[in-house]
Amino acid sequence: MKRSAPYLFLTPAIVLFTLFLAVPIGYTVYLAMLRTKVSGLGLGKGSRREVFVGFDNFAAALADAELWNGWLRVLGYGTLVLVVMLGLALLFALLLDSARVRLAQISRIAIFLPYAVPGVAATLLWGFLYLPSLSPIREILDIDFLGATTVTYSMANVAVWGGVGFNMLVLYTTLRAIPRDLYEAARLDGASEFQIALRVKIPILTPAIILTTVFSIIATIQVFTEPTTLRPLTNTISSTWSPLMKVYRDAFVTGDLYSAAATSIVIAAISLVLSFGFLRVVRNRAFGEG
Amino acid sequence: MTTVSHRRPRGGGALAGLAPTALLLIGAIYCLFPVLWVLIAATKSPAELFSTSTLAFGTGFFDNVADLFAYRDGVFWLWAGNTLIYAGGGALLSTAVSAVSGYALAKYRFPGRNLIFNLLIGGILVPAVVLAIPQYLLFSKIGLADSYWAVLLPQILHPYSIYLARIYAAAAIPDSLLEAGRIDGAGEWRLMSRVAMPLMVPGMVTIFLFQFVAIWNNFLLPFIMLGDDGKFPLTVGLFTLLQSGANQPSLYNLILTGAFLSLVPLIALFLTMQRYWRTDLSSGAVK
Repeated sequence: MKRSAPYLFLTPAIVLFTLFLAVPIGYTVYLAMLRTKVSGLGLGKGSRREVFVGFDNFAAALADAELWNGWLRVLGYGTLVLVVMLGLALLFALLLDSARVRLAQISRIAIFLPYAVPGVAATLLWGFLYLPSLSPIREILDIDFLGATTVTYSMANVAVWGGVGFNMLVLYTTLRAIPRDLYEAARLDGASEFQIALRVKIPILTPAIILTTVFSIIATIQVFTEPTTLRPLTNTISSTWSPLMKVYRDAFVTGDLYSAAATSIVIAAISLVLSFGFLRVVRNRAFGEG
Repeated sequence: MTTVSHRRPRGGGALAGLAPTALLLIGAIYCLFPVLWVLIAATKSPAELFSTSTLAFGTGFFDNVADLFAYRDGVFWLWAGNTLIYAGGGALLSTAVSAVSGYALAKYRFPGRNLIFNLLIGGILVPAVVLAIPQYLLFSKIGLADSYWAVLLPQILHPYSIYLARIYAAAAIPDSLLEAGRIDGAGEWRLMSRVAMPLMVPGMVTIFLFQFVAIWNNFLLPFIMLGDDGKFPLTVGLFTLLQSGANQPSLYNLILTGAFLSLVPLIALFLTMQRYWRTDLSSGAVK
């Protein structure tokens, strides 16, 4: 009994993994290698059939200018989001952990609060705050937040607002786990609060920072909710603004499942490459290995 | 020997804490501002929304709620109920699967343990987009797309929850307790359900909360799976409300009131469960 017990306990997870992860991935790869071939006039039964085309769909996805524009937009947007969101998360976590701050509890709750706001609702709130007729911000600042160039910043703001709290919590929890004696030792050696943050806390936080960065990269590459929700409020966001929006359009609007499958695999591959690339660079920097 | 206080490290006094406190408060205001604004906007009658100061409370909150109740025969409340089913049911199932899996991975040594763990955790790297479309197609094939199952089932397996559960089980369940149970003749199933699971409850609450929020906030999966708006969760419902009302300022009140009401349950859950919102379960106890 003891020998079979762990397998028994893991059965639900393994079944779910197979049905909702392994099979769908396999099916996507399969679809990505097919294409509909129309013979004759394309009328009648049997004139349309699926044929195996190998890597043709991937080649088409990689050559697709519309998709490349989407990548460039997401690259700009994502860099902005990652730097600002994680920078603020780190700053707030360090401030919360420093001994001198007052009202820390209230601030922590307030900054974590947007985590409880769904992306659709967050985009909706900010979307209305960007509209001239309703916004207290527009009363002070005369900026068109939904213009062709500003819209990227406005969208990045929504993502930063929604994500900073969770990342702050991850970093703050890590900081709280550090024995306080370590800081006392540094203080006795004459280190200032700022030096302690820079020389003691940030190095200890590095693994947590790497973890949050990788998760944020994966999430940012798949940006979909914010631009899709903002679209009804502005005409500066196209239906293929981000790569994932193009996948959605291919699959469900134009009905080209094969392109959609190929593109989604390209998105997955790029996010894997970026995540592992980031890990590699960081490891080389941190440990000085070649 | 006197201990040095953490509150007042060396010199500076109260003034030295001013800049960090101010920075944090600016962050807090930035994060609270849109939520406060939508609370204010939801209290305004349609006329007040465009005429009164954007930061002054209005008088139309209850009329707005009544209008929202009446909107398309109360479809908003259907969405709220659906969200509760998806998030509550999904998080419950997910927590159970994660806890049992985490326990097995933490407390047993068996061939394939690392392989299974790595496979399950590797799922975290798979972008949702690669899964959502084939999941939709596969559900269509068995006639279950556009059903509650199509939204519930794919969200049960959650790699990060299994990871958390494993860490928590390793820290919270003493091996000696399990050995003692075995010597007393308890079966493995009994040990799991009567000894291990009760010890894991605090960690399970945390896993439940994170999973509840994740499903509550999910937009892509229900957006792809569902066509019938009677099965929509709030996120997709709010989106369709915005889509149909973005060009009609007369509908703004409904949209803003709906957005505000959709935030209330999560914010309430969030504020009342403060001590369970943790990302580090390795200490084995929730303080």
